[in-house]
Amino acid sequence: MLPASFDLTRLRASERWRVSERLFWMLPLLAYVVFPDSLVLLTHLFITALFCLSLDLILGYAGIVSLGHAAFFGVGAYAAGLLASHGWGEPLSGLLVAGVCAAVLGFVTSLLVLRGTDLTRLMVTLGVAMMLYEVANKMTSITGGVDGLSGMVVDPLFGRFQFDLYGNTAFWYALAVLFALFWIARKLVHSPFGLSLQGIRLNAGRMPALGAPVNARLAAIYTVGAAYAGIAGALMAQTTQFVALDALTFNRSAELLLMLVLGGSGSLYGALLGTLVFMVAHHALADVTPEYWEFWLGALLLAIVLFARGGVMGGLRYLAQCVQRLSRVGGGAP
Amino acid sequence: MTVLFDGIASGMLLFLISVGLSVTLGLMNFVNLAHGAFAMAGGYVCVVLLNTLGLPFLACLPLAALATAAMGVLLERTLYRHLYGATHLDQVLFSISLVFMAMAATHYGFGSQQQPLELPEFLRGQFHLPGLDMGVYRLFLIMVGLLIALGLHLLVSRTRFGAQLRAAVDHPRMARGMGIHVDRLFTLTFALGSALAGLGGAMGVEMLGLDPGFPVKYVVYFLIVVAVGGSGSIGGSLLASLVLGVVDVAGKYYVPQIGAFLIYAVMVVMLVLRPQGLFGRHAAR
Amino acid sequence: MNLIKRVFLRYLALATMLGIYSVPGIAAEPLKIGLVLPLSGPFASYGKQIENGVRLYLAQSGGVFSGRKVILFVKDDTGVAPEISKRAAQELVVQDKVDILAGFGLTPSAMAAASVATQAQKPMIVMNAAASAITTKSEYIVRVSHTLPQITAPIATWAAKNKIRKVYTLVADFGPGQDAEAQFKKTFMAAGGEIVGEVRTPVKNPDFAPFLQKIKDAKPDAIFLFVPPGEQTIAFMKGFTERDMGKSGIRIIATGDLTEEDVIDGVGDNALGIVNALQYSEAHNSPENKAYVAAYYKAYPKSRPNYMSVSGYDGMQLIARTLEKTGGDASGDRFIAAAKGLAWTSPRGPVSIDPLTRDIVQTVYIRRVERVAGTLQNVEFEQTAALRDPGKP
Repeated sequence: MLPASFDLTRLRASERWRVSERLFWMLPLLAYVVFPDSLVLLTHLFITALFCLSLDLILGYAGIVSLGHAAFFGVGAYAAGLLASHGWGEPLSGLLVAGVCAAVLGFVTSLLVLRGTDLTRLMVTLGVAMMLYEVANKMTSITGGVDGLSGMVVDPLFGRFQFDLYGNTAFWYALAVLFALFWIARKLVHSPFGLSLQGIRLNAGRMPALGAPVNARLAAIYTVGAAYAGIAGALMAQTTQFVALDALTFNRSAELLLMLVLGGSGSLYGALLGTLVFMVAHHALADVTPEYWEFWLGALLLAIVLFARGGVMGGLRYLAQCVQRLSRVGGGAP
Repeated sequence: MTVLFDGIASGMLLFLISVGLSVTLGLMNFVNLAHGAFAMAGGYVCVVLLNTLGLPFLACLPLAALATAAMGVLLERTLYRHLYGATHLDQVLFSISLVFMAMAATHYGFGSQQQPLELPEFLRGQFHLPGLDMGVYRLFLIMVGLLIALGLHLLVSRTRFGAQLRAAVDHPRMARGMGIHVDRLFTLTFALGSALAGLGGAMGVEMLGLDPGFPVKYVVYFLIVVAVGGSGSIGGSLLASLVLGVVDVAGKYYVPQIGAFLIYAVMVVMLVLRPQGLFGRHAAR
Repeated sequence: MNLIKRVFLRYLALATMLGIYSVPGIAAEPLKIGLVLPLSGPFASYGKQIENGVRLYLAQSGGVFSGRKVILFVKDDTGVAPEISKRAAQELVVQDKVDILAGFGLTPSAMAAASVATQAQKPMIVMNAAASAITTKSEYIVRVSHTLPQITAPIATWAAKNKIRKVYTLVADFGPGQDAEAQFKKTFMAAGGEIVGEVRTPVKNPDFAPFLQKIKDAKPDAIFLFVPPGEQTIAFMKGFTERDMGKSGIRIIATGDLTEEDVIDGVGDNALGIVNALQYSEAHNSPENKAYVAAYYKAYPKSRPNYMSVSGYDGMQLIARTLEKTGGDASGDRFIAAAKGLAWTSPRGPVSIDPLTRDIVQTVYIRRVERVAGTLQNVEFEQTAALRDPGKP
């Protein structure tokens, strides 16, 4: 006789916030105190981390390989930028509108993304991003073209906190949005919906037999991922008060993929850690060897692919396993 | 009419550079985004031979191809073989890392400016027919492209090597059981793909320029050809390249406002209609 | 305290204060200058040229401006990400506490960083970004390079005066390209010329074949060309020569970016005969330039001095001379007030800063590409002196 109920305790346990997670979220607060002159860099870090998180949702959890994720970032950035330069400077509503625009684009393109092999998907996502780039480049009167969209006037947050030179307001704004969206994403991936996504990634053929509509789920997560990326783009536009075409380039999508791989996909924290490591390394190395930083980036990526495929998260998991094994050896029964 | 000719020439160049990728992707199921780096290497070898050693242009082309093939073999033996069974994502990441290193090394060795290339006299200028101006170099490109396409087709379908290759791709274990050296075959195929890339890159310097940023600038185009044409199909690559070349050139002539947009739109449409490409086949590795 | 003691103490205090300021060796505060330049990526050559010019001036002047030692901070903004330009500018101001911001190789970089200059009230010296609107984005911006309209109007005037009636314009589709096209059309048509066609090419497109064919079919007297310097110039000239368009009587007129010293050797003999307009040529015949060129080759034997390096050089010269006027005070408002109307002789010729717009006023030369002593040079044969930026209202 099979058991009437399935044991869900392991799943429920992973849903609770671990101590290490709570400690991790203390880090930004610490950074504010320890690096008061680098708030702009930290703000960019939070924004990029959010962007990377959006990619993790579709790549790490649903298995959709995308080389054109910058499309949604760009759409969000331009949406917020256009609102702010035409008189609607309220930041939070700007974020919302940007998220919705990106989500709509995501939903429409998800129909294209569901067909074909990995390579096809790669090319379609890339093609969509490149088309958007060309459109933005051409419509200079609206987007400012290559020169960029300037003249954005962003109102003080909540009517009180002006976006200042030191970046205080931007810092807390970006951090708050990142945390809120992370919290939602975390809830999402631990829900039945999120679990079905992992099932789809591992064996799409099997899932319909379990009652999970594969295409609908993939379209849904792609839309959510697009919305997150759009919000990240809007944050960038609002905190910089400037939007340029580089928000839509292939480079941006490719670098994002790198960051996610560096951190380890499929765990949400990998996205955050990968962004952290990449941006800190870039900032440090770029001042030392601006021309040849690319070489070391390539070498690092090569090393990861060959030897440390799980990225930083993989490395941490390995360490955790070692620690566990050691403690078992030390304190376990012979 | 000239527009059509220019489009075909443009498509031929695209074919020359991309066919190598179609070969490695289709026959070995390896997504090699570093293909552009091999093309770039071929270009630089050609430029160095031409400018520094003063060799005639027509001799530099096959030498560039050979040099790139040698590089391909070296990399295949040492690095690529570890990733044959890996996921496509891993292969993408791996090849991107090689691209970055190649670009930075080239920047270090040659500087970031454009490499000058002077064509020999007999390849310059134009032929004039009524209603049609044909660039000599473009004609040369078309002829070489057709020769290569024919040659590859014969190689794969008429020679023993081709038969062994097709067997190894369809069922490696069975092929090994028949005494075919699958590993060596793949090395040779990779060398062939790289040689084609090198040749394409060398021939493309005249029309596309050559600087360390070459791989990322054009990787999109190669991928488009392979995705639309279907990996592994030489005929598919040829057809896709020609269509894309003509659409691109004609689009820029008749509706320059849309410019490069058209090529991506066509690609997306074709992929949506036929996701496996025009003549796609799936390797069973 | 009695009177004598009080007076004595006062004199003592006064003497001490004067003494401190007159003793040599107790230096005034060092002058921190922050450079934001593209040093990596597709525009790395711009950053390199500008930095070369900057460092050359510092080496020649001993690195001390009005008694203040110059400390240079250089940050790479990759040229393609304006948010990095803004961040770099902000970090220079907040972390490194620079007194003056300078550099900015491209228009988006300058536009994004303008608000930093305003918020921090620091002078910002633009050394290459060429869109007219840049100086309007902040009261603290001074430009020492050029604007597109400034070098386009003279060539349009020259064309109209030299039997060129019909022109086809081809520009790259971005800010500076559109500025150039607009200015050329305005000046050329006002002088009685006819624009037989115009096309804007995508910024990322080295294959000009379809565009060239269209132009050939239209049979103009000349093509007015503006594309980003570098590979596009080479590609265009190759296509032009391949189609024998020169032989069918079509001339090329352009802004000097097409044939500047950094790229002209890559274009090769195909460039001979092109008439163009720019503010600086290596072949400019003046004692200042001869000295500059000699010093440049000595310091950087493997490159040729071009207009970007001169902008870097002149940017430093501007700072040095302004500080002489303010007595070493580099605070935003005083600096800008003193910089307005400043004039000096640059290696390119006489230059000054327009007090109304804070933009550069300079002589723009009409040049032809010729081989001089075996090297390709832009030989000047006409000029328009003291030209303000016509792109401003």
